[in-house]
Amino acid sequence: MNTKKLYNYITGRFGEKFGKIIYEFILSTTVSVWFMFLTFPIMVVKVNTIEQTIIWRWKNLIYVALAAFFLSFLWRKALAYKALKAKKDEGTKKSFSLSEGIYSLTESKFYFPSLGALVLIFATIPLFSSLYQTTVLSTALIYVMLGLGLNIVVGLGGLLNLGYVAFYIVGAYSYAMLNTHFGLSFWIALPIGALLSTLFGILLAFPILRLRGDYLAIVTLAFAEITRLVLQNEGDIFGGPSGINNIAAPSFFGLQFGLSGKTILMYYIILIMTVFTIFVIFRLENSRIGRAWQALREDEIATKSMGINVPLTKLTSFALGATWAGFAGVLFSAKTAFINPDSFTIWESVIILCFVVLGGMGSILGVSLAALILYILPESLRAFAQYRMLVYGISLVLMMIFRQGGIIDVKRKHYKLPDNI
Amino acid sequence: MFLEYFISLLLGGLAKGSIYALIALGYTMVYGIIQLINFAHGEIYMIGAFTALIISTVITYTMPDTVFVVNAGLSFAGAIIFASAYGYTMEKIAYKPLRNAPRLSALISAIGMSILLQNYVLLAQTSDFLPFPSLVPNIKFLEPIEHIVSSNQIVIIVTTIIVMILLTFLIKFTRIGKAMRATAQDKTMAQLIGINVDKIIAITFVIGSSTAALGGVLISSNIGQINYYIGFIAGIKAFVAAVLGGIGSIPGAVVGSLILGLTESFGSGYISSDYEDAFAFIFLIIILIFKPEGILGRKDSQKV
Repeated sequence: MNTKKLYNYITGRFGEKFGKIIYEFILSTTVSVWFMFLTFPIMVVKVNTIEQTIIWRWKNLIYVALAAFFLSFLWRKALAYKALKAKKDEGTKKSFSLSEGIYSLTESKFYFPSLGALVLIFATIPLFSSLYQTTVLSTALIYVMLGLGLNIVVGLGGLLNLGYVAFYIVGAYSYAMLNTHFGLSFWIALPIGALLSTLFGILLAFPILRLRGDYLAIVTLAFAEITRLVLQNEGDIFGGPSGINNIAAPSFFGLQFGLSGKTILMYYIILIMTVFTIFVIFRLENSRIGRAWQALREDEIATKSMGINVPLTKLTSFALGATWAGFAGVLFSAKTAFINPDSFTIWESVIILCFVVLGGMGSILGVSLAALILYILPESLRAFAQYRMLVYGISLVLMMIFRQGGIIDVKRKHYKLPDNI
Repeated sequence: MFLEYFISLLLGGLAKGSIYALIALGYTMVYGIIQLINFAHGEIYMIGAFTALIISTVITYTMPDTVFVVNAGLSFAGAIIFASAYGYTMEKIAYKPLRNAPRLSALISAIGMSILLQNYVLLAQTSDFLPFPSLVPNIKFLEPIEHIVSSNQIVIIVTTIIVMILLTFLIKFTRIGKAMRATAQDKTMAQLIGINVDKIIAITFVIGSSTAALGGVLISSNIGQINYYIGFIAGIKAFVAAVLGGIGSIPGAVVGSLILGLTESFGSGYISSDYEDAFAFIFLIIILIFKPEGILGRKDSQKV
């Protein structure tokens, strides 16, 4: 029997109001029973093959049943609310929402003051936070840079790149190797790392520009994996699985720092680079090339017919995205002083992609916020370390279902004609 | 000696390719119908293997007298049933509400599902490697050539061939198969002629999950150990295979998987075993550069 028939039958029998409650109750019970069945082998039974014992955890079954029962009520309510809202939006078209309020901050009138305020807040953080917190924040800012860099490729250019970590690798290893083999300082290696990363991006982009969508995604993923495997297996050159250690921290006009001084200096360098990234990407976004990227994302053929050189546009998007990953890589290896291939798995690319999509594709503020929140939140939940990845997975799914556009949903640019023409 | 080595690599590659094919089928069928890269497909494969391990261990400890065939049969059946149930539920929760959403949203939802399922198994079971019992019988008459090919590998290859024949039959000659092909071609049109598209999509997930679970149990009893992470790498490889053959095409997935398995086997046998994973990817890149739609993929022209 399908659900509609059941609903009609029950409301016919018990009346509209009471029948609805019974109907909801039946649905939730069904869901609950289904989940009890579904999770039975994995949640209830635990086998220990070494001591040859089986543990039966019947309590888990009760938890699952109760959770499924109540959550299914919530789930249906939330889906119904979403459908209702979609219908309402269709009718009214324009309604002021929180995200638009935040989005208007990115207009240039408010942009620089709010950015300035943010920078001030971030600049004062190391003064009253512990060394550990500063380190976490530095890493979070590196992720902001990576997210913004990938935002050029995926968010603006619309090219699904699942191998972004390859460029991060190039940046990180170029500083590590230039420093340990040739003794180059951080300040010289920073542009060199970014340049090498860009070159790598251009080299990689040439053969794959013809590919579209998922094919592009899988080829970029393949490149990233090959890069990682080469690092892992060429022990003589790249240090193999144990990686490279004793990478020098950046110097600052020859001053000597202790451990805390080094951490704080690193934090400020990363902060300045992040601000620089935001500034450049903000300028790029509305430039000729930025508009071309966005056009490409929306419709490739239309872009071509507007006289835009499509391969060149794709190439610049790829290469500029790689540049930021190169910067981030150099910063990362200078910060941790030790790198190995394990830090650069496919998961890294996937997580950076999640920052971009969850933040709102193409939105600088959204991507930065998403990177900060999604990196710091799991980090501060260390106490619940076991559950944090579980929560991360659930929130990705829920976010996509109930708020597809991400934290900040970028509206398409449009001109509004004055009414009195 | 040279010939023996060659044949053992060939059969090893075919067995490996068969497993990839069983997983890649789910990828390619789901992609063909809703254009979604189901990132969590590898996790279904892992859950299938775990379920089989649990069922078989429970049977062995509580009823030690059970005949091997019954034990193996129940484990395989349980793995397939539970994996299909997981596939079905996953589709209902994570993908159905996103049917009309941008494709990237569905992809992120799939990634979320993948993280969720991995950690669910990690928390409810263990993060250690668990020894996996051998659920595939040893075939007596193969013993003389044991050093060339193990009976496990033969069973894997034969099972895959049978599954492929059944699946081809299902898709070519049954009503469900016809409805699936119609849905893949044009969802709106299929709905107009009275096909319940939601049901067809659910069935696709169930079929894909059950073949993945079958592959999971077969390969786990060949390798002899599992943990919660095995699904991810296998999933990526199967995805590569599906793309290699032309994603969305079922014969393509099989051809792509076999080529991938053989490339890995010969590459690691004759060149270097360190780069076993890299050969597959290099081959993929070369193929896609010269034939961007995959080996058997349809070349669809871009519409304005």
